[in-house]
Amino acid sequence: MLKKIIFQFLALSLIFTYSAQSAESGGMPQLNPEFWISQIFWLVLTFGLLFIILSKFILPKISNNLETRKSQILENIETADKQREETEKKVKEFDKIINDTKVEAKNFFNSERQKVLDDINNKRLSLEKDIEKEIIKAEEEIDQLKKTSQEKVTKIAIETSSDLIKQLIGEDINKSSLSAIVEDLSKKEMEKHNGI
Amino acid sequence: MAANPMYQFNVYRIGPEIKINNIDISFTNASLFMVISSLAILIIFNLGTKRSIIPNKIQLLAELSYSFISKMISDTAGSKAKPYFSFIFSLFMFVLFCNMFGMIPYSFTVTSHIIVTFVLAAFIFVGVTIIGFIKHGLGYLKLFVPSGVPMVLLPLIVVIEIISYLSRPISLSVRLFANMMAGHTMMKVFGGFVVSLGIVGGWLPLGFSVALTGLEILVAFLQAYVFAILTCIYLNDALNLHH
Repeated sequence: MLKKIIFQFLALSLIFTYSAQSAESGGMPQLNPEFWISQIFWLVLTFGLLFIILSKFILPKISNNLETRKSQILENIETADKQREETEKKVKEFDKIINDTKVEAKNFFNSERQKVLDDINNKRLSLEKDIEKEIIKAEEEIDQLKKTSQEKVTKIAIETSSDLIKQLIGEDINKSSLSAIVEDLSKKEMEKHNGI
Repeated sequence: MAANPMYQFNVYRIGPEIKINNIDISFTNASLFMVISSLAILIIFNLGTKRSIIPNKIQLLAELSYSFISKMISDTAGSKAKPYFSFIFSLFMFVLFCNMFGMIPYSFTVTSHIIVTFVLAAFIFVGVTIIGFIKHGLGYLKLFVPSGVPMVLLPLIVVIEIISYLSRPISLSVRLFANMMAGHTMMKVFGGFVVSLGIVGGWLPLGFSVALTGLEILVAFLQAYVFAILTCIYLNDALNLHH
């Protein structure tokens, strides 16, 4: 019901407004040439002045501003690039210094180690030589001792055997014949020892 | 009287009648809005010329418009069109501001008058034709003879090209004028519906009116843009003869 009333009202008002407007409208004012000359005159005047002022005073300033900004930004970028390059160079230098010092330290360490090793080696060699000498000496001594001990042993043997014989028989025996017998025996013994 | 949707386009005299040699050049409401638009452009762009590296809002607006139009010109007409930059800039801004001032209720839309748009378009047409003949001499007439057309069709094509060339000022002016007039008339008609349908049925046309206002602001910008870009295209034809 309410819808119907609203629609009727809408339709009626549409009709009324249309009739009212069509009664009032007297065509397009745009086609009335009364003020055409005046409009052209003022258009040329205002647009001409606008064009002159804009092109002579305002637009050059704006383009100038834009250009200076552009150039300034480019300049800043350039200096930034330069500074970056410089820092990169510095960083490289720094790295190089660090590397150099590392290498130096390594070298130093290596050379010192070599020195120490050489030293140790030398000492060891000399020590070995000493030891060898000592050994040779000792061997010589031993050899000598061996020789002397044999003589001493034969001497002792001769003496003890002469003593024994003296006590057993009660008379002295020629020492030279005794020594010959002992030597012969000891030789046989030695041959037995050395031979086997 | 105010209910008439065409009433808004009436031109009336403001102040005394000015006559030079029996020609009426009185100051009218149309003249008033031309002056207002021009002054607004000058004030805004003059405020935008401050020399600072970081622009403020108005300066940013001015510089963005500058680069926008400069890009539009270089895209459509190439680098040869640089000397005509300030003309196209003024043209775009003038049409845009006249359209936008027309969107204020009870104001007057300068560009809704065929005589205004036609004078602008005719000036562009004549200027472009003169530039074309200066740059290319009689060779500019090659514009009407497209390459790669069979000889049989050539007479027809040439006639069509000439007609289309001559209709440029009419199409350019009527496009702007008709768009502005139609939009404003529609808004007025819907506004009239709001009043006549009252509190009961007025809401629907009111909504339409609001939507139309948004659309009209878009159209106001778009038509200024189209006007300027078509000028660039015509200028491109005159500067770089492709045919």
